[in-house]
Amino acid sequence: MEQDWIWGLVGGGLIGVGGAVYLLGSGRIMGASGIIGGLVDGSGRNTALERMAFLLGVVVLPIVLMPLYAAGSVNTHLTDNWIVIIAAGLLVGVGTRIANGCTSGHGVCGISRFSLRGIVATVFYILAGGLTLAIFRHVLGVI
Amino acid sequence: MRLFLSLLAGSLFGAGLFVSGMTDTTKVQGWLDVFGAWDPTLAFVMGGAIIPMFFAWRLTEGRTPLVGGTFPTPPTPVLDHRLITGSALFGAGWGLAGLCPGPSIASLSYGGPGGFVFLAAMLVGMGAAPAIGTRLDRLAAAA
Repeated sequence: MEQDWIWGLVGGGLIGVGGAVYLLGSGRIMGASGIIGGLVDGSGRNTALERMAFLLGVVVLPIVLMPLYAAGSVNTHLTDNWIVIIAAGLLVGVGTRIANGCTSGHGVCGISRFSLRGIVATVFYILAGGLTLAIFRHVLGVI
Repeated sequence: MRLFLSLLAGSLFGAGLFVSGMTDTTKVQGWLDVFGAWDPTLAFVMGGAIIPMFFAWRLTEGRTPLVGGTFPTPPTPVLDHRLITGSALFGAGWGLAGLCPGPSIASLSYGGPGGFVFLAAMLVGMGAAPAIGTRLDRLAAAA
């Protein structure tokens, strides 16, 4: 749709303001994989409640906004191929924690402070994503 | 205060992911799919998020976080094998399913069973990441 980019910009702005609140208020970098990962490996034990409060907001706001959209129009269009879902989840989990960041931490928060690591990480995950999609969709035809 | 700020930041993040369409895997894969029907929305989301974050980083100069403490240290320009390998693995998973950590949480209420399976696999991956990272360090040292 033609308006998609406007909503992209608006939504992006909200994400950025969220990151600004987290940075200026709590003094931390808003990275989804770090916030979740710290709960998994125990490295964020001291801040577990804050991490859960953050994640609660992430889960609840879409539920609050959902009634504003036409019924059935909100969809993740996630593949129903379980092997792909599980492989993708494992790769995302391992990769973001080894790289110490994902789209929000390295992408949004890193690029905005001209962090070389953030920029390089973003280049690599976009290239890897594009290459993977090209191979699995256009060569192998499985996704 | 800390809990409130985390909840507020998470809510803005969740709302932004929702309205921007980034929980729709077809839009994310559309951005990565340069050989298919390319969808530029993700670039607008990134741009929209980086602008407020750019100003937030400027505002950190000479100040301290609202809750006290210190702001994150300046980014190190060190590009190590973890950043590159991790980002490549993450990107591969991102391309396969079209989900990254933030949207996987934001879409839990409407992502169907697949969303939960993805999250479970991601958490397993995050749990395994420290051990895999240590192995990679050893490989890199041997290379």
